[in-house]
Amino acid sequence: MTLVGVLGLQGDVREHVAAMAALGVATAVVRTPTDLAAVDALIIPGGESTTMSLIATREGLFPPLRTAVAEGMPMYGSCAGMIMLAREVLDGRPDQQTLGALDIAVRRNAFGRQVDSFEADLAMPCLGEEPLRAVFIRAPWVEQMGPQVEVLGRVTGGPAEGRIVAVSSGRVLATSFHPELTGDLRVHALFRDMID
Amino acid sequence: MIETAHATGTARVKRGMAEMLKGGVIMDVVTPEQAKIAEDAGAVAVMALERVPADIRAQGGVARMSDPDMIDGIIEAVSIPVMAKARIGHFVEAQVLQSLGVDYIDESEVLTPADEKLHIDKWEFTVPFVCGATNLGEALRRIAEGAAMIRSKGEAGTGNVVEATRHMRSMVSGIRSVQSMGEEELFNAAKELGAPYELVREVHELGKLPVVMFTAGGIATPADAAMMMQLGAEGVFVGSGIFKSGDPVKRANAIVQATTHYDNPDVIAKVSRGLGEAMVGINLDELSPEQRYAGRGW
Repeated sequence: MTLVGVLGLQGDVREHVAAMAALGVATAVVRTPTDLAAVDALIIPGGESTTMSLIATREGLFPPLRTAVAEGMPMYGSCAGMIMLAREVLDGRPDQQTLGALDIAVRRNAFGRQVDSFEADLAMPCLGEEPLRAVFIRAPWVEQMGPQVEVLGRVTGGPAEGRIVAVSSGRVLATSFHPELTGDLRVHALFRDMID
Repeated sequence: MIETAHATGTARVKRGMAEMLKGGVIMDVVTPEQAKIAEDAGAVAVMALERVPADIRAQGGVARMSDPDMIDGIIEAVSIPVMAKARIGHFVEAQVLQSLGVDYIDESEVLTPADEKLHIDKWEFTVPFVCGATNLGEALRRIAEGAAMIRSKGEAGTGNVVEATRHMRSMVSGIRSVQSMGEEELFNAAKELGAPYELVREVHELGKLPVVMFTAGGIATPADAAMMMQLGAEGVFVGSGIFKSGDPVKRANAIVQATTHYDNPDVIAKVSRGLGEAMVGINLDELSPEQRYAGRGW
């Protein structure tokens, strides 16, 4: 049976665990290289991306994470997780490390500070007709991307109209927003289907 | 609830921000330099204030919101979220902090209360609020007023964890008790807790507060932080404990690591070594009732 890891260094780990559990998928929290070796796929949760990078560096997690990326482990990242999966982060810390699992450059805190955080309906055609209620919290957006990256969703309306906020490439998925906070399981189901 | 196309300041957006801080350490800082140290150590956010609680205690006088210049300086210095404190009930200080663009407001008993009866109506704001509480009823009253995050109060500026322990234990046992009640008991529980029935019901169903719960007030060592996490806190505020200690950089790093690995004594042992002088600390029986901050707010 597939075991999905949730990177548990910091952030909304429990919500991702709960979302996968609701889909009947077994999960394990990953905090060490040993934990990582035991899982078949990885979710990187929302949180503070610079803190996550610092802690992952301190725990010696980047080398095994990069190996997992190279070996094609399916990965999904929301918000800070999207930043971790990116090739490049704009407006990050100078020493901030990322995994380069997706050929994208993301801008951190792109929508502004917390007072600019928002929720909005988002069309994601790959999830069906019904729009997704997307929660953006000091969220990043995708600013550049390589040719093999597929856009799954863009902001409609509001000041950030047209910004790319959901992408995938191969078996790697990333969203600027937090489906784990809304109870809508469609994004997690999409990831589950990418694993199989 | 009717959902509009693009909405800021919703309960989900405010509470969600706190979800992103979980498992992290929020550090009190009084200068941009301290804010940098906190960020470099892996703090998930900083709390900007004019004096740390230990100095407020030592110097006395009325403690107020910080100078906007100082808050701007800290916002400029770091890219992690910046929180700032407003006095209990001082809704104009809160308006000012919102206009400065802080990411979270702490309506805090560490500052001198501005209203002896009412807390700020936090639903009126786009920026989210965190409030202190000593027990479940107090936590639910703050949530009813719009708080999007709760921290146990402890006794700030003492370096003594005993009150933080008391408040965490009180909160957790209150939650457990409500969770195990029969449906018919919830009405009376609401009356006894002095909290709205709907929120009591939510606690009954969730087995936790409907918002994230951190701990605060007296945490001075990595082991203190880890103990609060084991008692059920979802993250830690450290006030005077870091910058009133002998080696703030080392201690800040150690407390972050102990919070990440709160259930791993080997790691806590490792990071507890050679931290230098901890903050001196105050025994609680040396404080008169009016010197205790936890009694402020109701």
